[in-house]
Amino acid sequence: MFLRPSLSRAMLLGSRSSSATPRLAPFLRPQSRGYSSSVDSSVEPIRGLDLGVAHSKLLLRTVASMRGNTELQAQGVSEGDSKKMNMCQAINDAMRHTLASDDTAVVFGEDVAFGGVFRCSVGLAEEFGNERIFNTPLTEQGIAGFAIGMAAMGHTAVAEIQFADYIFPAFDQIVNEAAKYRYRSGNEFNVGGLTIRAPCAAVGHGGHYHSQSPEAFFAHVPGLKVVVPRSPIQAKGLLLAAIRDPNPTLFFEPKILYRSAAEQVPTDDYVLPLSKAEVVRAGKDVTVVGYGAQMYALENAIQMIERDMPGVTCELIDLRTILPYDADTVAESVMRTGRLVVAHEAPRTQGFAAELAAEIQERCFLRLESPIERVCGLFVPHPLVFERFYMPCAVRCYEAIRRSLTY
Amino acid sequence: MSASALFRTACTGRAGLPAMARHSKALGLLPSIQAALFSGSGSAPRKKVMFPGALTSEYTHDLRFASSVESIPTYQVMDTDGRVLDAANEPHMSKEEARNIYKNMLILNAMDQILYEAQRQGRISFYMTSFGEEALIGSAAALDSKDHVFGQYREAGVLLQRGFTLEQFMNQCYSNEKDLGKGRQMPIHYGSKELHFQTISSPLATQIPQAAGAAYAMRREGSKQCAICYFGEGAASEGDFHAGLNMAATLGCPVIFYCRNNGYAISTPSIEQYRGDGIASRGIGYGIDTIRVDGNDIWAIYSATKAARKIAVEQNKPVLIEAMTYRVSHHSTSDDSSAYRSTKEVEDWSKRDNPISRMRAWLEGKGWWTKSEDAEVTKAAKADVLRAFAAAETLKKPSIRHLFEDVYDQLPPELERERAEIEGLIRKYPDYYQVNEFAK
Repeated sequence: MFLRPSLSRAMLLGSRSSSATPRLAPFLRPQSRGYSSSVDSSVEPIRGLDLGVAHSKLLLRTVASMRGNTELQAQGVSEGDSKKMNMCQAINDAMRHTLASDDTAVVFGEDVAFGGVFRCSVGLAEEFGNERIFNTPLTEQGIAGFAIGMAAMGHTAVAEIQFADYIFPAFDQIVNEAAKYRYRSGNEFNVGGLTIRAPCAAVGHGGHYHSQSPEAFFAHVPGLKVVVPRSPIQAKGLLLAAIRDPNPTLFFEPKILYRSAAEQVPTDDYVLPLSKAEVVRAGKDVTVVGYGAQMYALENAIQMIERDMPGVTCELIDLRTILPYDADTVAESVMRTGRLVVAHEAPRTQGFAAELAAEIQERCFLRLESPIERVCGLFVPHPLVFERFYMPCAVRCYEAIRRSLTY
Repeated sequence: MSASALFRTACTGRAGLPAMARHSKALGLLPSIQAALFSGSGSAPRKKVMFPGALTSEYTHDLRFASSVESIPTYQVMDTDGRVLDAANEPHMSKEEARNIYKNMLILNAMDQILYEAQRQGRISFYMTSFGEEALIGSAAALDSKDHVFGQYREAGVLLQRGFTLEQFMNQCYSNEKDLGKGRQMPIHYGSKELHFQTISSPLATQIPQAAGAAYAMRREGSKQCAICYFGEGAASEGDFHAGLNMAATLGCPVIFYCRNNGYAISTPSIEQYRGDGIASRGIGYGIDTIRVDGNDIWAIYSATKAARKIAVEQNKPVLIEAMTYRVSHHSTSDDSSAYRSTKEVEDWSKRDNPISRMRAWLEGKGWWTKSEDAEVTKAAKADVLRAFAAAETLKKPSIRHLFEDVYDQLPPELERERAEIEGLIRKYPDYYQVNEFAK
């Protein structure tokens, strides 16, 4: 069964702050039930700080800030036209560019034709026709297998799995088929034209089956690429890169950002590099790594740390691609800071943070000043009413960074 | 009855009223239809339902469960003695074409015998034979050479008919440096881009939705090609079978689904595999034009595949062929079927109904073959196989660099590191890694 949070709900996202230690408690504002309110409940000042996606300094909201982005400059699109887009619109724009520039490209999945339950494919069927933008029956393994078959013919298949929580029926097709297609055939065949998009991660009211972050399952599989964007500009450039990359790629979209994250996005076609992390904020004392929506909790945690520990600066890195991932950028940072905190929403046990921690421990052993901290989802199924406790929120990230710095 | 007429018989849904009427009768609904039609004034038409999910259904007042339909007939061109039963159904086939098909059946048989023994002697690690299922070659003969094949694993005959050489078979089974698959998969996992034959993978039924997608791509290209997808009746229990057929039907994909119903999935007989009227009945459930054929009758297979191809390519829709046969071979070299079926059962089958002897009888009836040629061709085929086999055996394994390549289009940094590590170990321990067995 596929439950679909209404769009208005999808727009209104759960808080990332939390009832916390006595030290923080006086500064926490009593919360209304975020999902039934018209207020963005992710905005919650902690001692004068405006928190959450809506106030993030990571988002390039102005033309000037967008033009200062070196990757967009390198792509030659920073000086061109741009438009305010949320992440949903940016993804739509990326697919539009794909469809316009590649005649073999098709976009399909459950309810995709009318625009998709999150509206990411809205308008595409009208513009490019029902033969290229189409609904499929409710069968994730069928969608994945069908996409693999199209890609094996050299076509570009952009398949949508309605929620990342429902990707598991397609696990065999993705892990045993797509990932091994090139290798097992001795490069006689490949499915490089395959991209699978899936909305992932917590949304405040998604419970077990509309909240999961399954990236680590796929990050264990040679042959796949796994990407998680943090913002509209990132989503457009990374999705275009994923679609054009000659390897099968999974593109997990933090659904909480579809509407809450808006940026001034170049309207031209551009790609951002896969397997390249981005240092989004330089610092000297601790390296903090995340990806997707987690970046905003980490940003807030850093703001709180730097306020509470004057003189301390934190380096914030967005990994962007989970597989194959950019360990070099993280290691280079940790060699300077000596400390590492990794955070993601998926449970900690066997999670991606464990992989990164092990890799960095090997590379930076003699430079480490404190144990590598992992701040992750708890080892429980994503719990509806307890989501605030489950989440690696700004408070938990703050505590972990503080532990790392004061070890 | 011709193959295309049989397709119409088994056709549902889009075929329109005649098929519907037959269905109603088969479901035992006809009396109630009549009752509705002729009750009261005798002219009130039966009322169709308005529900979007069953647009052709009508209301009934009989509480009755639909449990079976008439068994789908099995199309046959020639009997077990190779006699054509209706001259109109005999395929139009030149002497040379027919002889070539038959020779390929003999070559397949000879290759299977030798490679089966080679596995038993420990010279290759694994093998699967096509004994009893050689008539599958008829489907390959009916296709265009550019139609894409998505196989399961027992389709060596299709490759042979397409021109895969004995050397290529042997190189794959030996995982040597000339193996197109670069030594990465077990024997019989053949694949060839040149011959439009997608590389075999072991997971069952995964190729079914893939074939639907490939067919959709071919439809978009307007190339008038189709995909053919082979699988066994056991694989038809996998979710991917249902996913693939449903996708192909709803999206209008020019694909031929070809079920090799050989009675056994390893040890599990078909009676324990499914209920209902075989795999063909599932096709009708999905609204797919369906035919069941005698899978030991090469001309029934040939004609059905040719007619199926025409439907797929001209009407952009899938077709299901269920070919009934009997797996004379063990499942694989890892299987001894005497543990679950009597050797007498197998012997009886191969005597009673053998696709090779049926084809030979047909050729002899035409005066296109003499019995003595059988021995000649088999002898020559065995010699060719042994020659290719000996050559393949002497070749080295593929270069060790192929261990790392093709995971991605380019080596990612972690794989570069792993390659450096392994290369260091190879230099340090060349004997342990037996480096001389691998090509440079």
